[in-house]
Amino acid sequence: MGIKYWTDEWAKAVCRECNTSQAYKEAAKKWEGDMYFVTEPEGPVKERLVVYMDLWHGECRSACRITDESEKSPAYRLSAPYGVWKQILEKKLDAVQAMMTGRLNVKGDMAQIMGMPRAAIELTNCTLLIDTEFPD
Amino acid sequence: MWYFVSPEVVFGPDSAIRLSQLQGKSAFIVTDANIVKLGLVDLVKGLLSQAGIESTIFDGVEPDPSIETVRKGAALMSEYGPDWVVAVGGGSVMDAAKAMRVEYERPDMTIEEVFSWTSGLGLGAKSRLICIPTTSGTGAEATWMIVLSDTAERRKLGLGCRETIPDIAIVDPAFAMAMPPGLTAQTGMDVLTHAIEGFTSTWRNDISDGLCLRAIQLVFQYLPRACRDGQDMEAREKMHNAACIAGMGFGNSMPALAHAAGHSLGAVFHVPHGRAVGLFLPYSIEFIGEAHDELWAEIAHSIRLEMPKEAKAGPALARAIRGLASSIKEPLSIKEIGIPPDSFENSLEKLVDNAFADATLIMAARVPSTEEVEKLFRYAYDGTSIDF
Ligand SMILES: NC(=O)c1ccc[n+]([C@@H]2O[C@H](COP(=O)([O-])OP(=O)(O)OC[C@H]3O[C@@H](n4cnc5c(N)ncnc54)[C@H](O)[C@@H]3O)[C@@H](O)[C@H]2O)c1
Ligand SMILES: [Fe+2]
Repeated sequence: MGIKYWTDEWAKAVCRECNTSQAYKEAAKKWEGDMYFVTEPEGPVKERLVVYMDLWHGECRSACRITDESEKSPAYRLSAPYGVWKQILEKKLDAVQAMMTGRLNVKGDMAQIMGMPRAAIELTNCTLLIDTEFPD
Repeated sequence: MWYFVSPEVVFGPDSAIRLSQLQGKSAFIVTDANIVKLGLVDLVKGLLSQAGIESTIFDGVEPDPSIETVRKGAALMSEYGPDWVVAVGGGSVMDAAKAMRVEYERPDMTIEEVFSWTSGLGLGAKSRLICIPTTSGTGAEATWMIVLSDTAERRKLGLGCRETIPDIAIVDPAFAMAMPPGLTAQTGMDVLTHAIEGFTSTWRNDISDGLCLRAIQLVFQYLPRACRDGQDMEAREKMHNAACIAGMGFGNSMPALAHAAGHSLGAVFHVPHGRAVGLFLPYSIEFIGEAHDELWAEIAHSIRLEMPKEAKAGPALARAIRGLASSIKEPLSIKEIGIPPDSFENSLEKLVDNAFADATLIMAARVPSTEEVEKLFRYAYDGTSIDF
């Protein structure tokens, strides 16, 4: 049995993987800024799903599913329809290419993202270690 | 889903005549003092005036241009209010012109805010951009990328987005004829690095592949000739085309590891761009190694590289590149560039940090860790082939 997509349990599992990944720790050692990862409704996903991760200096300090988006004001918001996230999580789509083609939307300090390209890859790699159970 | 973007490309002898066919009132020419001295700017001014276009010149672009230069040029451009921006020079001039034009069109923004995924800039409301390369190297006339130097931080910034692509590229070999052999050689190595990295980056695609392969063939065939005899018209023309073709290729598929390392070395020790990236090219092929066996073989086949039947194409290709580089007197190691061991050691941490922060790093089929980047720099310093 995998862990259900974009649930509280899933967020915490990604968080644990980040904290055990030496590669993530190293690549994101200067990263500062918490994030919302937003799945916009599409296909089997009928409502907006928001996961919060507090990423700081190569560590995930906390992670959870958010029900009220105004609860926090994270430094970054990454949002995409379900199908796009699924492709990213299955490594069929590069996250930066998704941004460049307007399918993954990012709000926040872009210069920091540009300056730590490998952190994004390692974060994605952490999600790949989880057996995600997709809703379709 | 992906895009292929390219300017209108006018190429071959006499293609500068395109300037005399433009419509408009005024042009802002971005260049540097060397290009003015060579008489190339007068040529451009003359052709523009045939089209009834008056022009003014900004010749203050330095190699590896800084943000400050961009700001200065953009202010003058705004004062002048041209409907054409014409860049005449190497990659430095063309990148500076692209950046100035963004700030001219969008005074509410700075170029540092334009990243690869920026959209909706709406360029073109005031002006169109023409790039006329005078080196056969960067291919910047055909890419949207803008490389600027953050002089205080001693690092290069990779900026620009699809919309910053020039409108017209004029690839006239007459503009490259005056290059001395050293400049021909180092900028030629940039072409090869673009083509090979563009062909093997993680964003490689069917549309850019053919362009990259053709550029690789042209470089192996014509770069030695262009270096040996700068008056060899055919070699000049082919290399000028190769640079633009490689630009169209890698510009739509991204450069990779050799550029990450080369940008870093260039920013810290002021090594010219093409020399720096060309130096790292064979090391990066060795490092990526098996991950791309098939692609190295495809390149080797396309340049008819002779090698023993059982030999791996990656190492053979790296050897062929070193052979080409030494035949045109390009350095094979950082040591050979003349950087003393103590300066190298003192800057190693900075070199590694820069490379690690370079957006092109993750385009490599095998992405190195910081430890591996450090090792790669050490091997490249000594001239030792990569074995890890
Ligand atoms: N935008 C891109 O796609 C892209 C790609 C690769 C490199 N770059 C950038 O381009 C810059 C390097 O450009 P470059 O290699 O063309 O060199 P350059 O533009 O820095 O020029 C180097 C020197 O050569 C001189 N020069 C230029 N043309 C000449 C000629 N015909 N005859 C004699 N002298 C001439 C220049 O005056 C200058 O002093 C770097 O900043 C690099 O980061 C950009
Ligand atoms: Fe380059």
